Amino acid sequence: MADPHSVLDGVRLFVDQEIRPRAAEFDRNEAIPRDLIRSMAERGYLAAPFPPELGGMGLDPMAYGHTTAEVGRGCSSVRTLLTVHTSVVGETLLRWGTPQQKTRYLPAMARGELLAAFALSEPDVGSDAKAVTTTYSRRGGGFVLNGQKKWISFGLAADILLVLASHGGRTTTFVVDAAKTTRTPIRGMLGVRGSQLATIDFVDVEVSPDDVVGGEGLGFEYVVQSALDFGRASVAWGALGVAQEALDVMMRYARTRRQFGEPIGNFQLIKGILADAVTDVHAACALCERMGAQRANRDLDATIETNMAKYFVSRVAARVTSDAVQVLGANGCSGDHPAERMYRDAKVLEIIEGSSQIQQLLIAKFGLNRYGR
Amino acid sequence: MAIVSEKEKIRNYILRHITVLDEDVVIGDDDDIFELGFVDSMFAMQLVHFVEKESGVAVSSEELTLANFSTVANLHALLLRKCNHG
Repeated sequence: MADPHSVLDGVRLFVDQEIRPRAAEFDRNEAIPRDLIRSMAERGYLAAPFPPELGGMGLDPMAYGHTTAEVGRGCSSVRTLLTVHTSVVGETLLRWGTPQQKTRYLPAMARGELLAAFALSEPDVGSDAKAVTTTYSRRGGGFVLNGQKKWISFGLAADILLVLASHGGRTTTFVVDAAKTTRTPIRGMLGVRGSQLATIDFVDVEVSPDDVVGGEGLGFEYVVQSALDFGRASVAWGALGVAQEALDVMMRYARTRRQFGEPIGNFQLIKGILADAVTDVHAACALCERMGAQRANRDLDATIETNMAKYFVSRVAARVTSDAVQVLGANGCSGDHPAERMYRDAKVLEIIEGSSQIQQLLIAKFGLNRYGR
Repeated sequence: MAIVSEKEKIRNYILRHITVLDEDVVIGDDDDIFELGFVDSMFAMQLVHFVEKESGVAVSSEELTLANFSTVANLHALLLRKCNHG
């Protein structure tokens, strides 16, 4: 297993040199260039939590989480690549894939030769994900899929898709060759614009029975829940990265920007904003690390802690980036400054991988079960 | 692991997670908790984690059947199998 500290140092340097300076370009072009993805793959970042025998670095959830946060500091679109490719699809295949699926897909995903995306949402299906209308049916010895998926991050770039489809009231998850689908780009999103969203049409797309993940009929209950759980952990860490970056931007500006003859950080109303941001970021970090420790220990509460971390930290990211824009004033509203992009990116984090309102339902149920009994 | 008390441990685990506002729910060994509507998707995954934590062995994709997780008796049988054979 790779040494987590040296991996993190390497990621930090890579983000400083290769990601942060180009984040505005990715946002403007609405794409992550393939050369960057290749560089990440060469350094092992696309497979950080995979075991070494499958091409990974064997990082535990805490170390992988900190890695994700570092990437999130530099660019939320690149972090989204880790979320969907490595966490949502990769870790789910690692968890529920057959031995053949693992050896067929994961090493190629680690090398960046196969990019993966998660095809769950549809034009009329979001939070109520079990109600997917994309169907599968048996044909010959395999299956055929028909339907449409929408808002699929890296759907344009992906080589394989993890797809949830339904049949007779039950759902099944499949690995699908993306080349058999028709993909249409979705442009002009509020934030995370480099994540190459697509609408994906499936017309009689043939899938081998070898590409059923986790057994037929239980896709939503087990495979999708695992995928969302990995995704929520990743988004929570990514949100922490955005919040930390916004905090740095805000503090740097408050120290150097002078008004009325002194740094604006001297003014009490600005100090109030700064104090809230520091406290928020520290609390978010503590919650992420609590989640990371519980996931590493396979604690029974790890899933709900992940929900809480995703809920809380994504809100912190939205709040702190909004405050960063406020402190920076007109500069913060300019596309020439990263605060503007981070503000747009952070809002998206409150919606993806289960909206804040869905997290609240789950967390409230947990609270009613656990406390005051 | 004291497997004798495991059935009650399973029942208590389920009751603790499904009884939010109704304290009087009773679950028999063979009651199908999925059919009774007690299991949402998140709790379905928690049951997998519970079996893994108790047995110390990962649940495989082949064991991912509704039947294995649908009743206290079936969960107990799955747990026994995993404790004995991994």
